[in-house]
Amino acid sequence: MNLEGILAQATAMVVALVVAPLLTGWVNVCRAWLQGRSAPPLLQPFRALHKLFWKESVIAHGATPLFRLAPYVIFGCMLLASMIVPTLSTNLPLAPAADAIALVGLFALARVFISLAAMDIGTAFGSMGARREMLVGFLAEPAFLMVLFTASLLSDSTSLATIVTTLGHREFTILPSLALAGVAFVMVSLAENARVPVDNPATHLELTMIHEALVLEYSGRHLALLEWAAALKLFVYSCAGLALFFPWGVAQANHRTALALALPALIAKLAIGGFLLALIETVMAKMRIFRVPEFLATAFLLGVLALLVHQLLGA
Amino acid sequence: MDVIVLLLAIPLAGGAILWTWGERESAPEVNSAFSLVTLVVACWLTAMVIEGGPILGFYEQFFVDSLNVFLITLTAFVGFTTSLFSRPYMRTERDRGRMTGPRLRLYHSMYQVFTFTMLLALTTNNMGILWVAMEAATLATVLLVSVYRTAASLEAAWKYFILCGVGIAQALFGTILLYFAAERVLGREGNALLWTHLDLVKGELQPAIMSLAFVFLLVGYGTKVGLVPLHNWLPDAHAEGPTPISAVLSGLLLNVALYSIVRCKVLADGALGSHFAGNMMMGFGLLSVVVAAFFLSRQRDIKRMFAYSSIEHMGLMTFAFGMGGPIANFAALLHMTVHSLVKSAIFFAVGHAVQKAGTQVMEDIRGLLKVSPRVGWGLMIGTLAILGMPPFGVFASEFLILTTAMREHAWATPILLLALGVAFAAIFARVQPMVFGDTGHPRLTHQPALTPVFIHLGFAFMLGLWIPPYLAAWYEQAARLLR
Amino acid sequence: MGGYGTQIVNLFAATLLLIAFAMLAQRRIVALIHLFALQGLALVGSTVTVAWVTGQHHLYYSAAITFALKVVILPYILHRLIRRLNVKWDIETLLNIPTMMLVGIVLVVFAFNLAIPISEFSTSMARGTLGIALACVLLSFLMMITRSKAVPQVIGFLAMENGLFFAATSATYGMPMVVELGIALDVLVGMVILGVFLFQIREQFDSLDIRHLESLRDD
Repeated sequence: MNLEGILAQATAMVVALVVAPLLTGWVNVCRAWLQGRSAPPLLQPFRALHKLFWKESVIAHGATPLFRLAPYVIFGCMLLASMIVPTLSTNLPLAPAADAIALVGLFALARVFISLAAMDIGTAFGSMGARREMLVGFLAEPAFLMVLFTASLLSDSTSLATIVTTLGHREFTILPSLALAGVAFVMVSLAENARVPVDNPATHLELTMIHEALVLEYSGRHLALLEWAAALKLFVYSCAGLALFFPWGVAQANHRTALALALPALIAKLAIGGFLLALIETVMAKMRIFRVPEFLATAFLLGVLALLVHQLLGA
Repeated sequence: MDVIVLLLAIPLAGGAILWTWGERESAPEVNSAFSLVTLVVACWLTAMVIEGGPILGFYEQFFVDSLNVFLITLTAFVGFTTSLFSRPYMRTERDRGRMTGPRLRLYHSMYQVFTFTMLLALTTNNMGILWVAMEAATLATVLLVSVYRTAASLEAAWKYFILCGVGIAQALFGTILLYFAAERVLGREGNALLWTHLDLVKGELQPAIMSLAFVFLLVGYGTKVGLVPLHNWLPDAHAEGPTPISAVLSGLLLNVALYSIVRCKVLADGALGSHFAGNMMMGFGLLSVVVAAFFLSRQRDIKRMFAYSSIEHMGLMTFAFGMGGPIANFAALLHMTVHSLVKSAIFFAVGHAVQKAGTQVMEDIRGLLKVSPRVGWGLMIGTLAILGMPPFGVFASEFLILTTAMREHAWATPILLLALGVAFAAIFARVQPMVFGDTGHPRLTHQPALTPVFIHLGFAFMLGLWIPPYLAAWYEQAARLLR
Repeated sequence: MGGYGTQIVNLFAATLLLIAFAMLAQRRIVALIHLFALQGLALVGSTVTVAWVTGQHHLYYSAAITFALKVVILPYILHRLIRRLNVKWDIETLLNIPTMMLVGIVLVVFAFNLAIPISEFSTSMARGTLGIALACVLLSFLMMITRSKAVPQVIGFLAMENGLFFAATSATYGMPMVVELGIALDVLVGMVILGVFLFQIREQFDSLDIRHLESLRDD
């Protein structure tokens, strides 16, 4: 654990904290462009966070300490996840712990806490949101694992750092199994990040909410933390996707020049990814809830298919 | 070589001409004329093969040897007599309004096209073209099965199309695997699918690929033979289509499909060296005989019952070919011939009976002897022939098959005997009241011309007692070819 | 270069498999026809790649025939058919979609297992794809069994033929030209006949639901 390593880790953390709301803002801007509306400013999420941090947090009478604790736990999970995923460099001090399965575990922990917190107050919408969130998570997790397994089979390790190194350093080969896994991954990330076609992040209709229903009771700094955590989750998923499927540009060592080059590469890739996400959200319509299991089952089976194709073709 | 091209060109031309000519008064005669010319050319081809041995034609794309030459003549013959039968039959159907002008055009032209596809399948040397011809045969007849446009006939035709289509897709996969195996030995010039070349190198074909290929080919072409459990289309297609179509389906299509399987079996046996192919055929054959016999006893529609009888006999033939060896092969070839003749004769008689009675339900048909002695006797004698009564040919072939089974595969003999017995009892019990019962219908003033029926039955009778020497020589040659 | 060719063919093969799965899960008939046309395109792409890398010119003709038939003519016939028959939706399947996809995965595993020992014998550049071709055939077969309307069954049938064609181009370098022409002719004639036939069915039953066609039983 040398100083360079710690500095690099700190840089990665700061970058994550800053870029995540920026990414959310960028997606909103692109979506507005594509839908022909005038776009909100790019820094709007920062303003929203700032506003929320200064507001008073109103908590219901029946809330347990869990309710107050949950936002911090969730934010912590997401921050830790963002430090595990190789965003800028693969040589971070936390790299030995950066296992793909640990990543899935962190997401699961966050999901449990937010569902519990939503049910804590006892309102109907909270429970409904919790149930739906668990349904989506229950089906999305195996799919995500299948995608990660495919990538691990290709690089003989479940460590994310090793995956990035191996995949980034191969000569450019078209790997059909990765292509199939990529499609599966896109479907899973749309579901987990509460995007159209699974959930509309801009909806006000409680009966159609999944993610929004979970945070309905929160306000003030708790809500700010939860919104930030959601943005971080999107950031982490995007970076995981980039690490698995477009790993070029991630630094291998920690000196400043490498890091300095990795940052614009990351920003550029995230910008393109954000635009594509906005495109998908604009083109597709939100599905009815009972069709979400089909959607996720398809993603899971595509993941399995990717594994099988890898076994068959060796590619 | 020109003979073969002529043989194929005539029905094709007939189909084209009848497409426009098919609804005129003289259309059935034109149809019969084309079939007669086809028969003459087939006989000429047969004479050439008797004299000169196997013929390879047109850049080796056609091959006629002792195995398929008699099948060619049989096909042409049954095609001709069925066209004779179809003349008054279709005239009556037209008078009753069940067949209209456009439908008659379709019927006549597709009849000739079907004959063309059958002959193409029999004469081709190219396994890929064999597949194409078999699929084309299904396509030619699917609209004929549904020609009456009733709900039941549409269902029968849909099942026929889909089930045979799926089956034949399996056969295509088998052909691809066969080509795959062949290409490694014969190279890519295009000879790799020619049966004559494959026959020469069959020992060098990769066993793993060939066994898988044979399974797919057996399942695929076996669907068209009507082997259980792929037989579901057969009873419906026979029952709901017009009777001449039932006759050619039973008499011709099933034979040609079995011929395709046998050609593939020769290659598989050479490549595998074990009895794998034969065992599979025996298994399917036995299953077909047993299942068909038991389903037979529950039928109420006369054409469905005889369709199940076809399944049973095809199962028996498959079993015999599966056993292999000179006697069993000889018996199976003989059985192919007589079954084709007798079953089509039965369908002719049944067709007339059904037309007179206006129904296909067996309980409603009674006293055929009183109404029309010829139909009654035709049906009775045909039934006796198909059930294996001596001295008809079916008895001889079944006897040979059973004795070979007793000698080599004794475990199968009681099963076969049981199934044949059940079928005998069921069919006889149903046909007897139909022919001999009492009926209120008066005797018909004019008797239908049942010449084709009695010609066929006559041949079957003759073959049971005495096989002409050249025919016997062929059977023996073909049997040796099949190992 | 051979390495790249194999990769591109593998990619097309994965696309074919993906489309076969998508057809299983698809509810709208128009989308099914588009997927079928896409499958034809993937097939053409893979054939052209094999032709270019190995220098076999007859594969170019084969690809041209496939393009004309499966990307242009057949989808056009199907579109006209469903417009005139007025069938746009097919809501029910016999099993629900997640179960069907699970069964589909089992079939894929089965097909891959069957094909691995065989594909070792192949000298073709695309040998690994025989398993994928067999899997496409089995998935189309599953689609045919579990659909209750006539037109998706037909499309499943055509997709099965696509899988077979891919098997032919992957295990061997395509069948001889004359056979391919014969097969193409068969497929075309089959479609024409089917078109006529579907009208007859609709006329009789006023619907194209296959369950009307299940009354003939052995009793």
